[in-house]
Amino acid sequence: MKNIIKILFVIYIFSFPLKSFALIEVDITRGNLNPLPVAVSALSSSEKDKKSLESKLDVKDLGLEISKIVENNLKQSGLFNPLNKDAFLQKPDIAHLKPRFEDWALIKAQALITGKVNLQDDKLRVEFRLWDVLAGKEMLALAFTTVPKNWRRVGHIITDKVYERLTGEKGYFDTRIIYVSEKGPKTQRIKKLAIMDQDGFNTKYLTLGNELVLTPRFNPTNQMVTYLSYFKNLPRVYLLDIETGIQEVVGDFPGMTFAPRFSPDGKKIIMSFAMDGNSDIYTMDLENRIVERITNHPSIDTSPSYSPDGKYIAFNSDRSGYQQIYVMKSDGSKVKRISFGKGLYGTPVWSPRGDLIAFTKLHKGKFYIGVMRTDGKGERLLTENYYQEAPSWSPNGRVLIFYRETKTNSEGEGFSAKLWSIDLTGYNERLVETETDASDPSWSSLLSN
Amino acid sequence: MNLSKNYKNIFLAIFLSFVLSACATQTAKKVDSQMQGDVYTGTDTVEYLADGVPDRVFFATNESVLTTASRETLRKQASWLRKNPEVTVVLEGHADERGTREYNLALGERRANAAKDYLMTYGIASSRISVISYGKERPVDSGSNPLAWSKNRRSVTVKAN
Repeated sequence: MKNIIKILFVIYIFSFPLKSFALIEVDITRGNLNPLPVAVSALSSSEKDKKSLESKLDVKDLGLEISKIVENNLKQSGLFNPLNKDAFLQKPDIAHLKPRFEDWALIKAQALITGKVNLQDDKLRVEFRLWDVLAGKEMLALAFTTVPKNWRRVGHIITDKVYERLTGEKGYFDTRIIYVSEKGPKTQRIKKLAIMDQDGFNTKYLTLGNELVLTPRFNPTNQMVTYLSYFKNLPRVYLLDIETGIQEVVGDFPGMTFAPRFSPDGKKIIMSFAMDGNSDIYTMDLENRIVERITNHPSIDTSPSYSPDGKYIAFNSDRSGYQQIYVMKSDGSKVKRISFGKGLYGTPVWSPRGDLIAFTKLHKGKFYIGVMRTDGKGERLLTENYYQEAPSWSPNGRVLIFYRETKTNSEGEGFSAKLWSIDLTGYNERLVETETDASDPSWSSLLSN
Repeated sequence: MNLSKNYKNIFLAIFLSFVLSACATQTAKKVDSQMQGDVYTGTDTVEYLADGVPDRVFFATNESVLTTASRETLRKQASWLRKNPEVTVVLEGHADERGTREYNLALGERRANAAKDYLMTYGIASSRISVISYGKERPVDSGSNPLAWSKNRRSVTVKAN
């Protein structure tokens, strides 16, 4: 765990691509029906390097495996169409030095990714290049070193850099998802906190399943998690240091605390506290432990989420009689209802770009994941299902991850809970593979920049 | 011969359709008789704290208002608790699966407190009652239908000692 968090990436650019007007660009603001054909060549290694990498990491052809990670990421994004390697005419090592663009154009590749990987002083040294096949030009060239056991992250970092170069926006591939792993019958689910790479690999379980746990969320540096635990049958908000495994209760409340999230600066936890049938929103400062009451209303106030600048809070309240979304200033003043469409609204989550709020909507027996502007206008429903809720944004604000539960049959069987993702455009809906059933996903920020 | 066989078949078909429709109305009635509005009024899942003292009360969708039947149940619980002053209880509030997780946690807490308040009006000290919400985490019926949901919207009084 320690090493995953504390990785030192030395990134040095060894040639700056000239900004050229003719080079390829990918538009991510609309559903992309013609994904860009891209060839991802295996990262090359000399025979000697291949052998030392294999003995060190127990991976047969590391360069090939890394290129497969890149291919999978690009494919999942829905914006790219990675081409089958069987059709490649040029060998990885030569392609990386000097691609024969005619060969790549022949298989209809518009972009080409090449690279090289070897061991240097016990570190993994990686370099890669992105080429515009039709223009016959290099678009990007980077090299970096990392701890060998983080080799899967190399694939994610390459994808992030390629994505950024081609779309003009930061990627979201070198990230992780924290979620609740679920098992067992619906009436007695066993739930554990789990963490995995964004592509479903490297799953680790952070709790044993002895007590019910819900709604984990990362802090801005991805080192801490706040979540709800029923430890000793007292539902309380906890703070968990992923690196050390140390957990503590947040605050000293005489009743249930729930629905926690970090403030954007990571210094506070905002949550609901329920007492005598009334839930209100509170914050606790993690440094001086000072607790502040933010809302004071006899209705249910819950699911608070800060705007990225920390100045506002979106939350869920039934003060109008039914669940709706409200926005207030972070001191609790100027409360304003923003959801006015038909149905019930819950789980508001402020986009990392600040311009949108994602939500869950329940209308006529169906659940929707949608987005609206922060003034409540421009509501757009992205996906409809029997049951789904709790969207969480990718760090670039382009993708939402959420969970979906299935309807059981007449015998009450067939229940499952899975993670799904969808682009902000409403396209590219995908099942996110997990080892077990899963719910309550929360997306980390980029692990490296 | 052929004719009579056909008649026989027709009779059989008519007879069967009667039987089947009778069955259908019977089940429909059975379901109806277990719900009033969308509040569960049946006894399938109910357990008893003592003879004639049901352990749980049921709620309408998104509501925490106690029905007449719920108040009667809670009065029975209160009188049983008065007779057994050493007993302390936990009120477990629950919601159905048709709501967001966090809101349902709050709703379960509100329901259990509605029951707690009523027990207190009937003389049970608040020190004998604690409250916990499970939101939608612990359904008793895993069905995805209105009857199952009505059984799951509940506050259950559980002996704590």
